[in-house]
Amino acid sequence: MIINHPILGPRDFQEFTYLGDASLIDRPDWQADNAADQFHDYLYLRDNPAGEHRELWFHEQGDRSWLVVTRNTVTHEILNVELARDVARARGRSK
Amino acid sequence: MRYSGLKVIKEALTGHKGWRPTWRDPEPKKSYDVVIIGGGGHGLATAYYLAKNHGITNVAVIEKGWIGGGNVGRNTTIIRSNYLLDGNEPFYELSLQLWEGLEQDFNYNAMVSQRGILNLVHTDAQRDAARRRGNAMILNGSDAELLDTDGVRAMYPFLNFNDARFPIKGGLLHRRGGTVRHDAVAWGYARGADLRGVDIIQNCEVTGFKIENGKCLGVETTKGFIGANKVASCVAGSSSRVMEKAGMRLPIESHVLQAFVSEGLKPVLDGVITFGAGHFYCSQSDKGGLVFGGDLDMYNSYAQRGNLPVVEDVMEGGMALIPALGRVRMLRSWGGIMDMSMDGSPFIDKTHIDGLYFNGGWCYGGFKATPASGWCYAHLLATDTPHKVATAYRLDRFRRGCMIDEKGQGAQPNLH
Ligand SMILES: Cc1cc2nc3c(=O)[nH]c(=O)nc-3n(C[C@H](O)[C@H](O)[C@H](O)COP(=O)(O)OP(=O)(O)OC[C@H]3O[C@@H](n4cnc5c(N)ncnc54)[C@H](O)[C@@H]3O)c2cc1C
Repeated sequence: MIINHPILGPRDFQEFTYLGDASLIDRPDWQADNAADQFHDYLYLRDNPAGEHRELWFHEQGDRSWLVVTRNTVTHEILNVELARDVARARGRSK
Repeated sequence: MRYSGLKVIKEALTGHKGWRPTWRDPEPKKSYDVVIIGGGGHGLATAYYLAKNHGITNVAVIEKGWIGGGNVGRNTTIIRSNYLLDGNEPFYELSLQLWEGLEQDFNYNAMVSQRGILNLVHTDAQRDAARRRGNAMILNGSDAELLDTDGVRAMYPFLNFNDARFPIKGGLLHRRGGTVRHDAVAWGYARGADLRGVDIIQNCEVTGFKIENGKCLGVETTKGFIGANKVASCVAGSSSRVMEKAGMRLPIESHVLQAFVSEGLKPVLDGVITFGAGHFYCSQSDKGGLVFGGDLDMYNSYAQRGNLPVVEDVMEGGMALIPALGRVRMLRSWGGIMDMSMDGSPFIDKTHIDGLYFNGGWCYGGFKATPASGWCYAHLLATDTPHKVATAYRLDRFRRGCMIDEKGQGAQPNLH
């Protein structure tokens, strides 16, 4: 698989470490009344889709940026690559 | 039809005209007491023990492809009882004891071969961990022996003992572990269940559930609706896809694991060797091919095939351990979809929906679990209480903080 890094261009996926579902960006509010339930779901439950999956990859052997890669889990085709920073900011994180 | 040596001789002399299909090929009935989704090892074993141990024979196993086409026919066939934690080891020890009597029990040759498994040790810390694990195994009725370098050398003189990075300093030997003919396990359980009246329905995919007022009434399939008092999901790598249809999200990710077979060789390796530090393990099949594998590909996948970097990684591990492998040609490789759970341990449990049960999360180690998984799942389905060796395999264990994390890796499925 070749990951088209938004800054560095096409890179072999062996340069990256895989973390998992990009929903890990959406850390729950620790002060919410149901924070324990929310953290359980956040940490332990997954959609695990067959098909398009947005996921976090870390460019460990490169510029050490976190990426959100949209990839098809049935064909391994990579459909989109974004900087995780941009995705997180667009969702209102790290203001 | 019972199998015996006499029968083989008789058929050989009469042109093999007396063999019959090993199981029927029935159309589904309108409803059953229990519908099992998934004709892998675990689903078929569950049906067999429901009939044999509990007298529940109005049962269907519904399989979307053909039985044995999933992970039960894709694994590297290793069976063992060498777990560390209390939630796991009694379960795997029951499983190994069931393997020991299985062929007589279901009258089918599954080629159960207790040829021994050796986990290699390279450092003092690893030796301490092996000693601790060995003691835990012995406390739970399993067997373990700690070998030093000479002990390993006496068994396998051809290993590379002086690798600069991972010199071999000994190993943990589990003599009752070994290998089994995986397809024959599916066929043996299928035949045993069929003989007792279970319907095995192939080429029939479950496409949904009928759930009313919190109770599961049956399954929608490509052959129409099939009613059931109890529905038991048992679909390994497809767990999230199937349970999603009942509105559930699971503590599971699906990942691909690859395996490899070499050309056939004269007997060179009479046991199983695992080289965890180098991501490589190997045995030799009775046909002569070396059967080996290594790590997951590491990313979510439903593709049943992997990528080349892992092929290279496994071959490098093999060369580091057994330099003579360099002369051997690789014949085949394939992948299977693993239901990797959040703590590396499985589930055998009721769901919050009345009449709907779940079995899954077997990761890359569910083949060895097949007999005990079927035994305990049948027990749960028949009695609505967990079997005593499977009480820890609950779906809510993360909420309660009762993880069974053999490796201590935390909620990162690809690292278990
Ligand atoms: C390469 C590899 C090596 C392995 N090595 C080992 C090993 O050495 N030792 C060990 O203990 N374990 C090993 N495993 C793991 C082991 O194979 C699995 O954990 C185990 O087989 C899973 O249980 P099963 O046999 O019931 O799964 P499967 O055989 O996968 O059965 C699940 C069945 O469900 C069916 N299904 C899915 N969705 C539907 C649906 N909607 N409707 C109807 N049917 C459906 C599938 O077609 C499939 O037949 C390995 C796995 C792989 C891939």
